[in-house]
Amino acid sequence: MGQTVAQKILARAAGLPSVNVGDVVEPAVDLAMSHENTALVINQFLEVFAGTGLEPRVWDPSKIAVIFDHRVPAESAKTATNQKKVREFAAAQGIAKFHDVRGDQGGICHQVLAEEGYDRPGYVIVGADSHTTSHGALGALAFGVGATELASVWALGRAVNIQVPASIKVVLRGRLGSAVAPKDIILHLVGLLSAEGANFKVIEFHGEATSAMPTSGRLVLCNMSVEAGATSGIVPADAETVRYLRDEAGVADPLDLVQPDADAAYDRVIEVDVAALAPQIACPHTVDNVKAIDAVAGTKVHQIVIGSCTNGRLDDLEVAAAALRGRTIAKGVRMLVFPASWKIYREAMRRGYLADLIEAGAVVMNPGCGCCLGVHEGALGDGEVALSTTNRNFKGRMGNAASEVYLCSPAVAAASAVTGVITDPRQEG
Amino acid sequence: MSTVVYAVGDDVSTDTIYPGRFMATVLPTETPQFCFADDQAFNGALQRRSIAPGSVIVAGQNFGCGSSREQAASTLKGHGLVVVAKGFARIFLQNSINLGLRTVICPTISASAGDDLEITPTRVRNLTTGADFATVPLPAARQAIIDAGGLIAYTRARLVAARRRSADHGPA
Repeated sequence: MGQTVAQKILARAAGLPSVNVGDVVEPAVDLAMSHENTALVINQFLEVFAGTGLEPRVWDPSKIAVIFDHRVPAESAKTATNQKKVREFAAAQGIAKFHDVRGDQGGICHQVLAEEGYDRPGYVIVGADSHTTSHGALGALAFGVGATELASVWALGRAVNIQVPASIKVVLRGRLGSAVAPKDIILHLVGLLSAEGANFKVIEFHGEATSAMPTSGRLVLCNMSVEAGATSGIVPADAETVRYLRDEAGVADPLDLVQPDADAAYDRVIEVDVAALAPQIACPHTVDNVKAIDAVAGTKVHQIVIGSCTNGRLDDLEVAAAALRGRTIAKGVRMLVFPASWKIYREAMRRGYLADLIEAGAVVMNPGCGCCLGVHEGALGDGEVALSTTNRNFKGRMGNAASEVYLCSPAVAAASAVTGVITDPRQEG
Repeated sequence: MSTVVYAVGDDVSTDTIYPGRFMATVLPTETPQFCFADDQAFNGALQRRSIAPGSVIVAGQNFGCGSSREQAASTLKGHGLVVVAKGFARIFLQNSINLGLRTVICPTISASAGDDLEITPTRVRNLTTGADFATVPLPAARQAIIDAGGLIAYTRARLVAARRRSADHGPA
């Protein structure tokens, strides 16, 4: 029986010729990532060494990445003190892939790993963040873990007792229509699968719409695969993966473009005709409560958010800037923009996108996660409604359990910023 | 016997169990104060210590979905709660096992707040209604971690064994 991409990567990392779904393996980890929660990882890591007489050293500092993004710059003394501890730990352990709070580098961890070329096809990547699934966009097997599990990886260099997951094959057929985006595909898919439809499974993306999609869009698909419960989302590496890593991330090393076998066994196969998709909206309070835009068009919104690890890339900001250039955001609506990284921020500044957005009335914030999960600026008032390009709309997600969050693509968010109600971008212009 | 103190539906996210605005608090000793912080009644009862350790939260499918924040497991563990759910999200379940939060997968469970349950390794009995439900074993891959008393103890043992081996055999 043939092997899926996930099986091949786990077999290689576990030093085995092949693995079966359900096998328990201990893959060597190629990259271990964490953000502000590194403070907890350090605490648990030191606990592991407590009483052993061994010096607490990470197994391989070159395979550890630490990026501050959740609360930057620090919103409280507590966070600042935690960040200080992490900064000192990274220096003491020789962790070079450390991205501090500064404008010449860094940003949201999931964008930074991609654009710095830390992600590689065939890698096993673990991250103490559920959206670690993002890195499957570059052909890696990437999954989220808790802080204690990451501490275990820091100590052992392996993810222990991993059960080889089954894979769901998703075939994206056709070409996306105008003003319809990868975000609409993944929202549709999460609605189709439900919030737990891919639990304990990997989603492997195929089809001509996947092949034609740049890495920026593949990151959206894999990022939100976890919203269907998936362990990982993965796009088998191809010419676009090589282009991105060579031309955009500056990677010169040889790349292992791991492919599934033609006779690989899948849990199920789902075909989606993307040409037939309308813009999709995830309605409160679950990500799988997805409707075509017609069902909710006209809903009044108070805050528009464009950004995050899901949709804060240059092409997203370009769409928003084009929609808002020379226009004004509706009265009574706040629009917050947070680019996914400082590299994107600087390029959007050079191209004039940020000026377009600010002149229309948007507030451009520094790259970070804060507003998406209600930890740092951009909270909603009681009874307010947000329309956001982020990835979650759970009750209380944006800092207030008495508010509502709708999720959408950047094109929908930008069109709606002008009107103040949820607006189909295909009717604009 | 354990009493159900809280009954919730499907897809309860870690944002609900431990809201993001408290994420700067990370230590397991400090997270219990923010357990279900947006539900003032339940959080208040927990804070007043009027809920006995061993009490049960009954949940639907996909409990603990969303963010990987480990605080969601440590905050429940800190109050000695047990979660009996129809199903769990992957990362939350792993975090629970890693930290020693007791979780029971019981796909057909039916219970309301106030019901008394008897939980055995293979079944959950609702003593109040008389109904009896089968449980599903936790993922076999994690049994060694459960047996060790959590992932920290498990990793510590592995680490010490590995260092001892390399000391016995010298550098490779």
